[in-house]
Amino acid sequence: MITIKLLPLVGSFAENKDIAKDVRLKQVVPALDGKKEVVLDFEGIDGATQSFIHALISDLVRKYDNGVLDKIYFKNCNKTVQKIINIVVDYIQEAG
Amino acid sequence: MKIHLPNSAFLGNIDPFLRSFGAGNPDFLEITANKKWISLHPVVLAMVAALGLTVKPENIFIEKLEAKSKHYLERIGLFKLLGLRSDIIITEHEPAGRFIPLTRIGSSEELSRFIVDMVPLLHLKPDQAEPIKYVVSELVRNVFEHSSSKAGAIICAQFYKKSNIIRIGIVDTGIGIKKSIGASYKISSDIEAIKLALTPGITGTTSRIGGTEFNAGAGLFFIKSIAKSAHDFFILYSGNAMYKLLTSASKPRLYIDPFRDRHSLNEELPYWQGTVVGIDISLGQKQEFSQLLDFVRDAYVKAISEQKKAKYKKAKFI
Repeated sequence: MITIKLLPLVGSFAENKDIAKDVRLKQVVPALDGKKEVVLDFEGIDGATQSFIHALISDLVRKYDNGVLDKIYFKNCNKTVQKIINIVVDYIQEAG
Repeated sequence: MKIHLPNSAFLGNIDPFLRSFGAGNPDFLEITANKKWISLHPVVLAMVAALGLTVKPENIFIEKLEAKSKHYLERIGLFKLLGLRSDIIITEHEPAGRFIPLTRIGSSEELSRFIVDMVPLLHLKPDQAEPIKYVVSELVRNVFEHSSSKAGAIICAQFYKKSNIIRIGIVDTGIGIKKSIGASYKISSDIEAIKLALTPGITGTTSRIGGTEFNAGAGLFFIKSIAKSAHDFFILYSGNAMYKLLTSASKPRLYIDPFRDRHSLNEELPYWQGTVVGIDISLGQKQEFSQLLDFVRDAYVKAISEQKKAKYKKAKFI
């Protein structure tokens, strides 16, 4: 299992989609391909945009199907961030 | 091009201002103003600045300003952004607690820095800052990703203490919504493009419902929802058309179809090359941002499901 701390990468408001894509491609995908589980740690992050979360996780569901959600853990998310993650997780699966 | 700054232009009464804008001769800009008083929504100032940036500074002609409130144009940074000198002498105040001056944002990194700097300027509590940061990030990133605007995004915001509202304008002079959405959808008019841009799950980057790995087609729907849930105005103007979300006293419901919201349409405006977004955000709302997200979640997932079903092929029985 690997843990990715997002605060040092994105600051307290997670909105930079370029960084989200970078984290996904350079850290999350290699970990998943290496059969490791991934913890995305949102400690210290006050808010996030739907676009950021979408760029971070949507393609994982498309690439690995929704079983990938059993291998990713979202840690230390406040209520707002949890809700945004849930919105994205729901619509990615709905869109298929 | 000609633009006249009227006595008053806010989102509720912005239509006459937009109708008066003269889009001819793109090499020159003439700015005139009401002689007595000018009180303007930040989106109006952002439009003036965005137009000015398409013209050489020596080709911008500003009529001698006489309005008592003319110093506001200096303080908000209009002349500075356009590289012009004004004869207006003001005592500079610390802008904290009042406004975000006209700012040009040209890159992702600039935007991230701007969002960090913006919150202290407006002196907001964390829960008040949340929707503002959200709106600014999503709208400016839309400019980067969809507008092909050479000048980037022009932003301006002002806090109005008496009404406890933040008014925000974000403007670009890029390709406009029709061309952007038209890359993936067959559309024939600006208003049709605006409708699609406001519909959840639709983005100009793909015809696939739900978007791509980088674009979900949710940004403008979220932002319109923020305005609607707070009973505030929101406008989207591109090409010859403007959609305006009108305020309503009734309990807000989020609709997938933006034309089901209480709104007005204007399809005969002077042509705006690019996109203009104006939004008001009331800060005194009892409803938390996270509660709004519950409504958005239901509406968005329903939208994706309905749009997918609409594309299903039907069985042919012979």
